[in-house]
Amino acid sequence: MLTLAHFLTLGALLFSIAVAGIFLNRKNVLILLMCIELMLLAVNMNFVALSRFMGHMDGQVFVFFILTVAAAEAAIGLAILVVLFRNRQSIAVGDLSDLKG
Amino acid sequence: MPIIEIVFYFFAAVLVASALSVVTVGNPVYAVLFLVLSFFSAACIWLLLEAEFLAIVLVLVYVGAVMVLFLFVVMMLDVGGGQKKAQFARYLPVGLLVALAMAAQLFLVIWTQGFETQFMPEPYPEGFSHTKALGELLYTDYLYAFEIAAVLLLVAIIAAIALTHRRRPETRYQDPSEQIKVRKEERVRLVSMPSEREGVNGNGNGQEGS
Repeated sequence: MLTLAHFLTLGALLFSIAVAGIFLNRKNVLILLMCIELMLLAVNMNFVALSRFMGHMDGQVFVFFILTVAAAEAAIGLAILVVLFRNRQSIAVGDLSDLKG
Repeated sequence: MPIIEIVFYFFAAVLVASALSVVTVGNPVYAVLFLVLSFFSAACIWLLLEAEFLAIVLVLVYVGAVMVLFLFVVMMLDVGGGQKKAQFARYLPVGLLVALAMAAQLFLVIWTQGFETQFMPEPYPEGFSHTKALGELLYTDYLYAFEIAAVLLLVAIIAAIALTHRRRPETRYQDPSEQIKVRKEERVRLVSMPSEREGVNGNGNGQEGS
């Protein structure tokens, strides 16, 4: 019998994989963006599962807004990457040290 | 084992495997394709949770638009996946450590708070429209947030276009500020001339300019 814990575990697993991915791919901005998308998916999974099991529709409205914000974030992030690539012919994170941070 | 559990475990396994592939495959093109697979499996699991509208939106908006945008950018930027393996091994221990610690903490919370005793609720009654329920909530209680989300999307569109728009020197542009600052005297010249008689043509200095 499926319980709420099954779905929350799936979300937690996805989130942990995404966190590991940020560490593993820290030289590649594109895969970093994809890991952020995976994290948002994990959060959305939790929202949908809790909304279903608690019997409130409100959680799914939040998923709606998270999808909106994620789409906007992906569009702007990719636009920044395109501009970056046009100016430096590279998007390697190691080359981005102009601010000496 | 009931069919719903088999479906859940199948799609959960595909989801976790494709998410693992996203973070380990190294080549961005393959990573995007695995991300598409994981979004698709997540949509199937949301269908199990009877969130049909969100599942469809996830496939249409995410797989159909955002992932295609990713794919465009990945292919346009031409980033090879060649030299990734060396750094990969270097960051593997710390990444694994953080991820395992985080997963352990999350599991500790999830499996000790009584969530494992909450079984699937009864399915929605026949004729229940998930889209309608969501829409009613969205256009009443969350109307203000909905408007803000619309403005946010508009800002994102304008920002993305403004960032990537490139001005070429050989292209001709209109200058709106010059256009609205023009005055009547610069465009129209009124000439005074004698009235014309029947059968006699004027000497051709009627209206000029435009």
